Amino acid sequence: MGNVENLGARPDPVVRVDSAFFWEACERGEFVAQRCEGCERLWHPPRPMCPICHSTEKSAAALSGKGVVMSYVMPVHPPAYGFAEPPIAALIELEEGLRFVGTLVDVEPASIRVGMPVQVSFAATSGGKAVPVFRPTEDIT
Amino acid sequence: MSRRAVIAGIGQTEFSKDSGRSEQQLAAECVTSACIDAGLDPHAIDGMITFALDHSDEVDVMRSTGAQELKYTVRLPQGGAASVTSVVHAKNAVESGMCDAVVIWRAMNERSQYRFGQPHQSLSPDAHSSTFIEWCFPFGAQTPAAWEVLSCGTYLDTIGVTTQDLGRIAVILRRAAATNPLAQFYDRPITLEDHQASRWIVQPWLRLLDCCQESDGGVALLVTTEERARDLRQKPVRILGAEYAFCFNHEIISDFYEGDLTRLHNSEAVTKRLTAAAGIAPRETDVAMIYDNFTPQVLRQLEGFGYCGYGEAKDYVADGHLDLDGRTPLSPNGGLLGEAYIHGMNNFTEGVRQLRGTAANQIADAQTVFMASGVAGAILGI
Repeated sequence: MGNVENLGARPDPVVRVDSAFFWEACERGEFVAQRCEGCERLWHPPRPMCPICHSTEKSAAALSGKGVVMSYVMPVHPPAYGFAEPPIAALIELEEGLRFVGTLVDVEPASIRVGMPVQVSFAATSGGKAVPVFRPTEDIT
Repeated sequence: MSRRAVIAGIGQTEFSKDSGRSEQQLAAECVTSACIDAGLDPHAIDGMITFALDHSDEVDVMRSTGAQELKYTVRLPQGGAASVTSVVHAKNAVESGMCDAVVIWRAMNERSQYRFGQPHQSLSPDAHSSTFIEWCFPFGAQTPAAWEVLSCGTYLDTIGVTTQDLGRIAVILRRAAATNPLAQFYDRPITLEDHQASRWIVQPWLRLLDCCQESDGGVALLVTTEERARDLRQKPVRILGAEYAFCFNHEIISDFYEGDLTRLHNSEAVTKRLTAAAGIAPRETDVAMIYDNFTPQVLRQLEGFGYCGYGEAKDYVADGHLDLDGRTPLSPNGGLLGEAYIHGMNNFTEGVRQLRGTAANQIADAQTVFMASGVAGAILGI
């Protein structure tokens, strides 16, 4: 958990059979996506079978963790469950072409722009797990 | 004799914040009301359709209504889209000859018994749902309002929509609800200033007055054949066409993993098939019943269903085309924002009333109505 920061309370992930590899990688500080062993395509969200070649053989591919914000939302009322501070959830388009919902950290809501570049890191959850969070990579002040 | 499908009955309970009775009772009441409205004995129901999310049970609804023998039952996925997809199935069921009297219902105590709009914490790994909550909840996107903004934010930003543009939709719907005695917001119109002053639900897009309100209530339709309807009480409403499109890698409210987020791919696919089936395009109909759980939904559907061109929806609204005296009036019952949020079904009963000529805010000489729920569309006519 050396690469995982404590950023205050946040909820644990829901771990299912088909997504366990992702959350296990987070605990090692690795940001990954499902890769089909049949055709090498990447997929997110994970799924039991590749929709192109229908292989069920898959592995975890390391991603760059770089992406841009496509949209974002800050829940005000009711407050988000399990967070110490109001979170900012964002839809991120990753460099590899996948889309991923993550939490933005170290950013003022008013300074967020669609298209803003971000980089992944990891934050600890209340139950000792880890989830990806994203920070702006440019000076936006 | 014609087996063409018609809507012969509509039924509903009152809409409230606390129904004071079980969802099973609401289901039995609205289903029975739809039969009584039609003049059909509830014992003759032989098909039942509801939402996958509905908590009532076919056996229980039979036990209360006295339905004697079902030949067809189905429960439909995709949240509120079932308000329109259910009619696709009812139409097919009666036109194929499988059954003669299909009821469709949605009954919910989503305000008094649970909170549909609050963070969803039922996250069992075996949860009966798509995996979407798993990839939103831990990151703070935990409510329909939050998923809606992640889905529509790219469109709103790209087109340059303002919160005033969204507010105009809320004003239209609340103005209509204000003169509909059945509406939860009867006699409570709002101004754009009220909208701008209402508190944030989720920044940067949805204020309180952009959101439908959780409601208790039940709504039902009775679908039968044109032939059978001749012996019933009401002027039958024909289902000229009903179509839906669930496209690859798309989701319902959390629809942001596939394609160009400034367009509604599913709605565009439906529009082509529906126009061919009904012989009339959505924008050529007299009334636009467009699913309005949140105001941005209306904008993207106006474009997806062909009411206006790409990026033009905010101007289509501002130019008054959705007003009660406009070119294509929007939900004269006040919609889901103004009348109630029974998962889209109360917009369907309004569509039927408009064609019967019995609506509170009656559109003069309405001959056709478009029913939309994002991935599904139907055109009704008389």
